[in-house]
Amino acid sequence: MKPPPFEYFSPTSVDECLTLLAEHGEDAKLLAGGQSLVPLMNLRLAAPEVLIDLNGVDELARIDRDDGELVIGAMTRHRDVASSELVREACPLLAEAAALIGYPAIRNRGTMGGSLSHADPAAELPCVTTTLDAEMVVVGPGGRRSIPARDFFAGHFTTVLEPSELLLEVRFPAHGGGPGWSFHEFSRKSGDFALVAVAVQLPGDGASAGLAIGVGGVGDRPWRADAAEGLLAGGQRGDELLQQAADAVGAQAREHGEGHADNDYRGHVAATLARRAFATALERTGR
Amino acid sequence: MNQHHEVRLNVNGTEHTVSVPPRKLLVDCLREDLRLTGTHVGCEQGVCGACTIIMDGQNVRSCLMFAVQADGASIETIESLASGPEDLHPVQQAFVDCHGLQCGFCTPGMVLAAKSFLEQNPSPTDDEIREAIAGNICRCTGYTFIVDAIRTAAERMAGEEAGQHV
Repeated sequence: MKPPPFEYFSPTSVDECLTLLAEHGEDAKLLAGGQSLVPLMNLRLAAPEVLIDLNGVDELARIDRDDGELVIGAMTRHRDVASSELVREACPLLAEAAALIGYPAIRNRGTMGGSLSHADPAAELPCVTTTLDAEMVVVGPGGRRSIPARDFFAGHFTTVLEPSELLLEVRFPAHGGGPGWSFHEFSRKSGDFALVAVAVQLPGDGASAGLAIGVGGVGDRPWRADAAEGLLAGGQRGDELLQQAADAVGAQAREHGEGHADNDYRGHVAATLARRAFATALERTGR
Repeated sequence: MNQHHEVRLNVNGTEHTVSVPPRKLLVDCLREDLRLTGTHVGCEQGVCGACTIIMDGQNVRSCLMFAVQADGASIETIESLASGPEDLHPVQQAFVDCHGLQCGFCTPGMVLAAKSFLEQNPSPTDDEIREAIAGNICRCTGYTFIVDAIRTAAERMAGEEAGQHV
């Protein structure tokens, strides 16, 4: 079980990457942290003729604050996102989710851009970007464009990125500690992909700014729990209403269900996780 | 496509230059080109952790990297931990004393994962130990004795450290 042969390039700038992509187009794959692509190549499920290794492109690894936004370069490792003071302050939900990705050895290599471009519907970062309405900044032969997270994922392991394009960075609104936040996921074993993941940004009593509920692991891409968001938009945070909102998350999950578990089970898990996530998030608004 | 690349690696303090095709996995380069067979090949898909090495200070899966990507890197493998049975690293000694291994296939990866974890967290709880080795699969022990071994290693290393400062 070895990867099929390929031609290897290790550019050191984004411009060089674009030139290589223009030249090799659909035959080429970008290699980021390799924690998803290399297993696929070892299993021969992927057989790119050309690999363009992004690990030498230093300008793609950065964590910065830009006005009201947190900017994470595509080659930033999960470990660095999970441990960054800046991320914890500006976007604590992202820091919490990044710490749950895979195992320590996976977080040491895996990257923000790699995970998003791979678009595993059960992965943490697609769910978080969808929940937070992050913007994906991509660059191609025609220049830069920005794609809202909700339009970026097109289905199982599929994004709207063109073969000639490269994901440069992700821009998250920097909510800070304003609304409470919480990321809860259930998997059969610590570090596995989530059977269901629920990400919550929940403002406290009487507030609604920043309210967002996202679900991953259910369906072909992460989605927002619109019905539950609607129930909580009025600012009420009573126990009964929170339970109704959690049940609404579960009901929406039942419509999406597929994969390792049946729809009823997924719906049940989603509602339970949502209830827990609401509780954690609300507790944090008190801080 | 089969054009070879010259790759410079510092492995366990020794400089090596190897010539590899791009598709050669780092773990295969260590085992076949450098004859360092302590690093084991298990699943080759990043799940089992048997191929764990320490690269530039961090534990990584050597089956999920191509050797050509490690050009210029400093690598520690299990061979760097001890020169012989009488000179075991405290983590290795604790695995022996606590019966933290049976068939031994997962052990090199398990020991290196534990070593790099204890460097970051010298006095962990059992839950933290379990989390740290969640990515290393053992089919013999049931993990209980491995957790015992890592806890014992942490206590002994803390003791040594304290002893040095007295």
